[in-house]
Amino acid sequence: MRLEKCWFCSSTIYPGHGIQFVRNDCTVFKFCRSKCHKNFKMKRNPRKVRWTKKYRELHNKDLARDTVFEFERKRQRPERYDRNLVENTLKAMKKIDDIRVSRRERFWLNRMKVKKIKERKEDLKELEQGIDLVKAPLAFQEDSTLTIPNAKKMKVVITKPDEESHQMEE
Amino acid sequence: MVQYNFKKITMVPSGKDFVDIILSRTQRQTPTVVHKGYAISRLRQFYMRKVKYTQQNFYEKLSAIIDEFPRLDDIHPFYGDLLHVLYNKDHYKLALGQINTARNLISKISKDYIRLLKYGDSLYRCKTLKVAALGRMCTVVKKISPSLAYLEQIRQHMARLPSIDPNTRTILICGYPNVGKSSFINKITRADVDVQPYAFTTKSLFVGHTDYKYLRYQVIDTPGILDRPLEERNIIEMCSITALAHLRAAVLFFLDVSGSCGYSIAQQAALFHSIKSLFLNKPLLVVCNKIDLQPLESLSEEDRKLVMEMKDEASKTLNGGDDPELANGVLLSMSTLTEDGVIAVKNAACERLLNQRVEMKLKSKKINDCLNRFHVAMPKPRDGKERPPSIPQAVLEAKAAQANVEREKRKLEKDLENENGGAGVYSASLKKNYILPNDEWKEDLMPEIFEGHNVTDFVDPDILQRLQELEREEGLRMEGENEENDEMDEERELSLEEREALAEIRKKKSLLIQEHRIKKSTAESRSVIPRKFNKDKAFTSERMGRDLSRLGLDPSAAINRARSRSVSQRGRKRERSLAIEDEGEGMDIDQPNKKLRMRSRSRSQSRGPPGELVPGEGFKDSAQKTKAVKLAKKAAKKRNKDARRGEADRVILNMKPKHLFSGKRSIGKTDRR
Repeated sequence: MRLEKCWFCSSTIYPGHGIQFVRNDCTVFKFCRSKCHKNFKMKRNPRKVRWTKKYRELHNKDLARDTVFEFERKRQRPERYDRNLVENTLKAMKKIDDIRVSRRERFWLNRMKVKKIKERKEDLKELEQGIDLVKAPLAFQEDSTLTIPNAKKMKVVITKPDEESHQMEE
Repeated sequence: MVQYNFKKITMVPSGKDFVDIILSRTQRQTPTVVHKGYAISRLRQFYMRKVKYTQQNFYEKLSAIIDEFPRLDDIHPFYGDLLHVLYNKDHYKLALGQINTARNLISKISKDYIRLLKYGDSLYRCKTLKVAALGRMCTVVKKISPSLAYLEQIRQHMARLPSIDPNTRTILICGYPNVGKSSFINKITRADVDVQPYAFTTKSLFVGHTDYKYLRYQVIDTPGILDRPLEERNIIEMCSITALAHLRAAVLFFLDVSGSCGYSIAQQAALFHSIKSLFLNKPLLVVCNKIDLQPLESLSEEDRKLVMEMKDEASKTLNGGDDPELANGVLLSMSTLTEDGVIAVKNAACERLLNQRVEMKLKSKKINDCLNRFHVAMPKPRDGKERPPSIPQAVLEAKAAQANVEREKRKLEKDLENENGGAGVYSASLKKNYILPNDEWKEDLMPEIFEGHNVTDFVDPDILQRLQELEREEGLRMEGENEENDEMDEERELSLEEREALAEIRKKKSLLIQEHRIKKSTAESRSVIPRKFNKDKAFTSERMGRDLSRLGLDPSAAINRARSRSVSQRGRKRERSLAIEDEGEGMDIDQPNKKLRMRSRSRSQSRGPPGELVPGEGFKDSAQKTKAVKLAKKAAKKRNKDARRGEADRVILNMKPKHLFSGKRSIGKTDRR
């Protein structure tokens, strides 16, 4: 019993799933589901199909080459059974799993960080340019902080020019 | 081999058929179309071809006949004689000769006519020449048709001749008619020869096969022979005579001791003596048949004597120098009815024949090639000492030990299975004989899959060490990343204030965009409230004040300025200035200020009072005018209240008028409007 990898999308094929195709030159292709199988029959290149692992690794979206992956290697000659060895292996597998997961996560975070930096830069620029929509430059001169003026109605003092002139007349 | 298989001769067609076959073939296989307009050489060629083709075919077919029929001189004399007996050698040869001449004649005809055709000068002449040629060839064949018929009959008969191999072991059975020859052959072989009470039931040779000492023997049954001089014999008897004469076989002369065949022993003995010349160099056995009817002992004295004479003759054919015991083997008695002694006769005959053949072979030169197969030379012992094979002691002991070991039975898996309940109950432990560092681990079940990975992919003797290295590496990496993160985080964090401001900016921007979008997309279909009644868009100083204060500015100065410059104040300037200049003059200062204000605000200075008559308009008097104005306003009031758009607003109310979009065309398609 072995868990295989789908040739197209690189997901694991559990027993009882998928289809195997053997070509005339004796190369075996294993597929996890009919989606991958049909894509293959359409002669699509997995390296160009965005949702496959091969694409992601090729375009640096996912962690591709790392020492963690070297632990898992298909061995041609089986090892003679040794209980201690197998015990150790199982324990090690768990730890390796954790490390692998954390490394993947970190890779992803690093990838996303770039955007954050860019975003911040843009925010600052927008702030600088757009503050005029919210606070008039004149108000800026008086109060150079970034505080937003209150929308309270300021009392308007209307000077009546008639009264003045009439006052003047009278 | 022509020698003994005449079944392969092709059928000889009759004269008429022959002609038909050849002519139709000529017509099919040569070109048929010719016109008199062709070039003369072409015409000549056309007809020459036909003549040649016909001649060739005749030649081939006649040659085939001549070749396939056996030449009586070339085949085994037995067959030659047999065919002569049956078909008359001369007649046969003549027929074949006729065919030969016919063949030559046809060749000559064709040669002549081709020579003539070379000089034919018209289509008609060539054609007639061809017709003549073919006609003559056909007549030739027609003339030989009796020979062809005769040959066909011979062929049919030859095909049915028994396939006798003249060189192999043969036993020949001869005697008077009705003595029991056919019954004998029926008994010892699978041949099914007619057995009837009348004489000459068997009219030709019959072959059967029997086995003795792993060898196959031909047994030939002949028709009965009567005692007559050779010249008077008929064809049937001649067959047997031929067989006797030419085949090197063991001869069984059958004697009917009971006389129920219709001939006495004396007659039979007479026959024997007359044909004994044919028995030279052949192992001869005298067989007394039908002893169930008449046992040998109870024969009369004369008959006895005759039989003894025959026996003596027969024993002469024995290889000289044999004991009298063997001489007894020459005369045998049997009964085909009771099957008494039949096998003995057969065995005796086969034995005699075999011995004779072996002797003959030994005498011939060929024997030296295979002498080593018969004879194993053993060296003569020079003294009486026994010399057994010597085997070393150690080898003997080892062999003995091995034998012992093999004798102790190992417990097989099968036995184990049977002990523990049989095939369905017990399942053998396949891991029993595993070679492991620790035998306790033999029955361990190793997990093959763990958490979505194959365990065997990870199994590695130094996995722990590698894991440690990996963890160390991981630790280092984590530290490095933490440092980096700390550095990065300090720099560019936005403060609360900044974030709020940003949010406000964005909100403002999105509002603008929304408004613009509404304005853009629904400009034509949506009704627009005129600015005057639209609280948000009215050009009022209150709104200006609100907006400015929202931006953080003091609006009072702006509002004042707006007020002072408003339309209602525009006229004021003049009056005010006038008032200021003519300060002391007698102006209507009595006019109350209120009236002035009202007048200035209610209407613009450029127009006169509403009902004032202007001469060109067509009204009778100002009352009429005021009424007209009122009516007009009333009519438009409702529409204005509804804020509906009309065609004066540059709007097409009906985008798809029916008269443009319905109806069929008298000619053409209607997929474009």
